[in-house]
Amino acid sequence: MSFNIENYVSDHSEGNIILFYKGNVDSDVINHVLDTVEDKMVAVNEQSKLRKKVYNVLVESLQNLYHHVDRVPEDFEEQGSEKYGLLVVKKVEGGYRIITGNFVHAENIEKLEEKIKRINRSSHDEIKELYKFILNHQRISAKGGGGLGLVDIARKTGNKLEYTFKEYNKKYSFFYLNILVNEEI
Amino acid sequence: MEPIIIEGTPKTPTVKFDSTEGVFEIKGRSIPENSVEFYKPLVDWLDSYKESPLTKTVVNIRLEYFNTSSSKCILDVFKKLEAIHKAKNEVEVNWYYEEDDEDMLEAGEDYESIIRVPFKMIEIVE
Repeated sequence: MSFNIENYVSDHSEGNIILFYKGNVDSDVINHVLDTVEDKMVAVNEQSKLRKKVYNVLVESLQNLYHHVDRVPEDFEEQGSEKYGLLVVKKVEGGYRIITGNFVHAENIEKLEEKIKRINRSSHDEIKELYKFILNHQRISAKGGGGLGLVDIARKTGNKLEYTFKEYNKKYSFFYLNILVNEEI
Repeated sequence: MEPIIIEGTPKTPTVKFDSTEGVFEIKGRSIPENSVEFYKPLVDWLDSYKESPLTKTVVNIRLEYFNTSSSKCILDVFKKLEAIHKAKNEVEVNWYYEEDDEDMLEAGEDYESIIRVPFKMIEIVE
């Protein structure tokens, strides 16, 4: 069976897709996605608190792709994209789901997974402290990221980061991050 | 000193830094991919201002959104203000947040806990 990055999306079919994008993630794409999703939330009179959280998480998700994605594998269909990513925004019961996907070099998987696991086993207060620690002690990387994106997403949503790695070949996996942004109960 | 006046865009804030008034403002959205590029001139400007600041400097931060990359740059701005405050000048930060925006209030409290400058949290009621 050949690798299809969209299988994950059809396997997680709850809710209604309000935005689907796959391709190069550059500054213009980010602007366009943010505008589109914001307009759609305003159009359905989404309460401003939830709207702001979704917008914030979307900014961080997109900029994570922008700053951190690894190059696509040599045999992948889309060679033109320097920063290839997948983004799906869905309206679900009580909120929104933001799914991102990108290629990760096999050698970078462990580090990324360790970071996510650390966040997921932390309490809300620990995440807040972690955020402040990184804010105050870590410099902005050469890639332009601050190392705070995932921590910020976990802090703002209050939810665990759901994720999975699907092996593409021995050298690459495709990393899916599935974020639930919902109203507080 | 020449003031810094920058018009806001959908991804970068409106900025007014005027050394004759001693009231500085950052307002709007701060979500650029490259925040260092945007903030470096502001931090450099404050570095010069800190040589001969007014006896009182008021800084109004009124952001609707900011990304994590900006959060580090905003901390750099505050660190310059902290240095001015430490040199026995009055500095006050007014951190504005919309009434339902607890995340923005918490963000202000983060800075307040890191930076030794008096902060005032001001709720914007519509």
